[in-house]
Amino acid sequence: MTAWQDQLFDVLKKNRIRQVAYVPDAGHARLIERAGLDPDMRAVVLTTEEEGVALVCGAWLGGDRAVLLMQSSGVGNCVNMFSLLSNCRFPFLALITMRGEWAEFNPWQVPMAKATPGVLESMGVGVYRVNEAKDVADTVQAAAELAFGSDQPAAVLLSQRLIGRKVWTTGK
Amino acid sequence: MDNREVSSSDGLDRRFAVARLMEHCADVMVIAGLGSPGYDLFAAGDRDLNFYLWGAMGGAAAMGLGLALAQPKRPVLVLTGDGEQLMGLGSLATIGVQKPNNLAIVVLDNGRYGETGMQRSHTALGVSLTGVAAACGFDWTVDITEERAIASLATQIIAMQGCGLACIRVKADEVPRALPARDGVQLKNRFRAVLGLLTI
Repeated sequence: MTAWQDQLFDVLKKNRIRQVAYVPDAGHARLIERAGLDPDMRAVVLTTEEEGVALVCGAWLGGDRAVLLMQSSGVGNCVNMFSLLSNCRFPFLALITMRGEWAEFNPWQVPMAKATPGVLESMGVGVYRVNEAKDVADTVQAAAELAFGSDQPAAVLLSQRLIGRKVWTTGK
Repeated sequence: MDNREVSSSDGLDRRFAVARLMEHCADVMVIAGLGSPGYDLFAAGDRDLNFYLWGAMGGAAAMGLGLALAQPKRPVLVLTGDGEQLMGLGSLATIGVQKPNNLAIVVLDNGRYGETGMQRSHTALGVSLTGVAAACGFDWTVDITEERAIASLATQIIAMQGCGLACIRVKADEVPRALPARDGVQLKNRFRAVLGLLTI
């Protein structure tokens, strides 16, 4: 059984995703690394997540399927840009790693974690949460089919419990 | 930053500048930032390869990047205003990293927020968008104040030999509105149809 991070990459490949836009998160590290090494993918590092919303819409205008990777704090940076999705009925697939919920050490992550599902839903983006590794591939596949088959915006929330606690105390 | 102020009467007529530019850009895919650049583009002649934004302020350049990466053999033009581009300054860094050969950003720079009462923007107060683009690693940048430079700008866009940003200084005058379609789904579908792409 391959790790869920690699299964996730395989789902993106199977769905012919070509542009992978991201603001880095530890939970996405494996996916970012593999996208950067794949000759048929273009990994695009962003300065802020809202760029990624516009970028994936531009990609679709030109015939490319794209995905946006971010952590939950980034959802708040995207709100007005999400208006592109409903106005133009662009397909949209976002994979969002959650911070600020399971065993969080940093209180500054908590408010946006609490707001993330509501902010997405209030802008019309469907929310699909994954809590266990065995559900990752299936859920992301379903979200991709909804996005690219039905021109819908879909966000998969990868829970902090799935990703694991951030370790603050090792090393220095 | 210096505090030089740019007179609102300096610069080219924006409708004239965009019409001249588009004369030479028949096959170029264009994303227009919200507000006056979209009106100018529409006034120069509506075409299926024009995608007009009516919102999503700050997103035009990033949208152009996604399009340019998807269609590397065709030139992409982002036609936007100084206020819109200032809201998306980070996207210039993102573009400078990717360096798509086929992407050009043309800023119609009147130094004003024209839709909201002509308040001065940062470009009227010393900030240089070509300077930012150059610092972000763009392959070419140019500040344009004369009509005769527009044909060579078009040549540069079509040549697809690097990502670039041009600032065209335009007068901060009110011009009659020329309003393109606001139906984003229709604009998307007609654009994709030119490229032979299905609606879904």
